[in-house]
Amino acid sequence: MFGIIATIAAKDLRRRLKDGSLLLFGLALPVGLALLFSSLLGDGAQDGRDIRYLVVDSDGGELAAVFVDEVLAPLDEDGVITLGEESDADAARAAVDEREYDAAFVVPEGFTAAVMAGEDASIGVVGSADAAVQVQIAREIAESFATEADAARAAVASALDAGAAATPEELSERVQDAPVPVALAEVPTETWRQLDTATYHAAGMAYFFLFFVVMSSVTALLDERKGGTLARYLAAPVRRSSLLAGRALSATVVGVASLLVLALISSLVLGAQWGPLPGVLALTLSGVLAAVGITSAVAAFSTSSEQAGNRISVLAFGLGLLGGGLFPVAQLGAFSAVSLVTPHHWFLTGLAELSGGSGGAVPTSVLVLTGMAVAAGALAFSRAGRMLTP
Amino acid sequence: MEDVFVVEGVKKSYGDSTVVDGVGFRIRKGEIYGLLGPNGAGKTTTISIVMGILQADSGKVEISGMPHGPREMRTKALLGFVPQQNALYEDLTARENLRFFARLYGLSGSVARERIEEVLTAVGLADRADDLVSSYSGGMARRTAIAAGLLNRPQGLVLDEPTAGVDPQSRNAILEHVRALADSGVAVLYSTHYMEEAERICDRVGILDDGRIRAEGTRRELVDTLGERDRVVLELDGAAADAARALEELPGVHTAVATENGVELDCDRGAELAPRIVRALADRGLELRSLTIHEPDLEAVFLHITGKALRG
Ligand SMILES: Nc1ncnc2c1ncn2[C@@H]1O[C@H](COP(=O)(O)OP(=O)(O)OP(=O)(O)O)[C@@H](O)[C@H]1O
Ligand SMILES: [Mg+2]
Repeated sequence: MFGIIATIAAKDLRRRLKDGSLLLFGLALPVGLALLFSSLLGDGAQDGRDIRYLVVDSDGGELAAVFVDEVLAPLDEDGVITLGEESDADAARAAVDEREYDAAFVVPEGFTAAVMAGEDASIGVVGSADAAVQVQIAREIAESFATEADAARAAVASALDAGAAATPEELSERVQDAPVPVALAEVPTETWRQLDTATYHAAGMAYFFLFFVVMSSVTALLDERKGGTLARYLAAPVRRSSLLAGRALSATVVGVASLLVLALISSLVLGAQWGPLPGVLALTLSGVLAAVGITSAVAAFSTSSEQAGNRISVLAFGLGLLGGGLFPVAQLGAFSAVSLVTPHHWFLTGLAELSGGSGGAVPTSVLVLTGMAVAAGALAFSRAGRMLTP
Repeated sequence: MEDVFVVEGVKKSYGDSTVVDGVGFRIRKGEIYGLLGPNGAGKTTTISIVMGILQADSGKVEISGMPHGPREMRTKALLGFVPQQNALYEDLTARENLRFFARLYGLSGSVARERIEEVLTAVGLADRADDLVSSYSGGMARRTAIAAGLLNRPQGLVLDEPTAGVDPQSRNAILEHVRALADSGVAVLYSTHYMEEAERICDRVGILDDGRIRAEGTRRELVDTLGERDRVVLELDGAAADAARALEELPGVHTAVATENGVELDCDRGAELAPRIVRALADRGLELRSLTIHEPDLEAVFLHITGKALRG
């Protein structure tokens, strides 16, 4: 039984290797586009884990100290960022220009006093053009701190019922004691998912093109029906389930191989970080099974491989757009909830968690992807009788 | 246990249309049974049921005494199949195709290699076996398809219009080869809409029309049912339908069917009728280009039984 499945799969693979589509969709396009995107959107070759920030405290006040010691230092200790200190804003700007750091926070002179007075006060961010995402995160951090500080001031002020009577000491205590604001706490981990642009683009492209890679293996069954070879299988002493299993196996092998090759190439060429191998393997396998299941379901409801191919292409584009395979949908706010229905989202989330070192979410992604594979596979299988009629 | 194929009362419908309507026949070891019928008669559907590719709505099929159907692996292993379409992978070589199909029959390693060599030699393709099938002529692809049907040394071989679209030389080779296989003891089910082929190699013929076997027997038996009848073929310049209607009125004419370039008549004693045919046409101002009287043959039988020309 398994021998036959393997034989069928091997024959499919041999044919796939002879036609050029595998090389195009499985390798050339995803690598090329990942390279292009990474170079457009950030320094792809740079190690994505390493966000390097510099802080300049020109204020010397209580709040500046809170910002450095309570906000930035813990991120440094957690390994989320690498933090450097510089005394002079110009020197910091030079360091960023030299690309020694991705961004510099400049706490301006009189920052504490301005906050105390209820005046507009903000922490400046100087960023490198080569690290758009890292700079964006720096701005988020700076902004939410300023907002938080201002909110705390207002609270203290109203508690004292006297407007400006509070002292800087009281205020800084208040800011420190305030529950770490949700926004601030989540910015680093939430955005972490998009930090490493090289991995993001490589993985996004790889998973996007995966649908095209497995497509012809899946729709080949419709060609077999048209070309009459299906009748040969059905006439031979071979179980019908072997035929479906062989086809699913070859699609899976092709898909897994293409993802792993891309992971390898993007790591070597783009400096992408896919994370620990067992996690990557689990995610790759479940991600490929989901793609095979979904494409099979589409094929099962199509009458020709051309029709199935067109439908799968449209679906692959749609899912890729919604799921973040092509651009970071997480930045679209509420709309990003839609991405939860796409395997792309779960594949990329799983990878991001993996490369972030917190393995906790990987099983969830793997489970969701496997669930999608099973559901779509069952839908496809419900049409097996029709698919296997010559 | 001489009968390799036993088919009884097989039916298959699609929606309202009954495509195979109670077909039955038996084929002995060493016998070639021809399924003769026009396009759409139900040949391929019947064959698909006999091969266990399609499930019949009712009726039964036995192969070498064992019940047979889509789930019967034991009996499927005894049959060889040459489908109407070549059903080969064009992007693989003949040898790669055969190696794959051999695996479907559980043949691998040196047994498979020998068997592949054997069938390639048998169909005369040994020297081109490593070329892609896409580079083959129609005849060569057909011979490869036949080779694939022989890999498992079947007790029963089923060929669905194996000479369609094949050059005359390949066609001869195929017919001789099938005959030789039967002589070696294989039971053969052979579908065709070429009367000459059925006459030449089939031991018995079943005439299939609208999903039913309308007559069955050896060529001799079938032709004898016609008695003194002849088949007269007329070539005309147009107006075939008018001519057919007119000629059917003549005494002694049983059926007159308009064909592509004339009329075919099923009639008593064609020689006596010929002058009256010529006059009847002339009376209506129709130009007769040629008139041929055929001694009774399967085509005449077909015309007589179904009221249709085989290649209408
Ligand atoms: N899957 C199907 N659904 C509906 N009708 C079908 C189906 N398969 C065959 N038919 C119809 O059944 C009839 C017999 O078809 P079949 O292919 O068995 O004929 P055939 O004798 O092999 O003809 P040909 O000489 O053209 O190969 C035809 O009218 C065909 O349209
Ligand atoms: Mg047919």
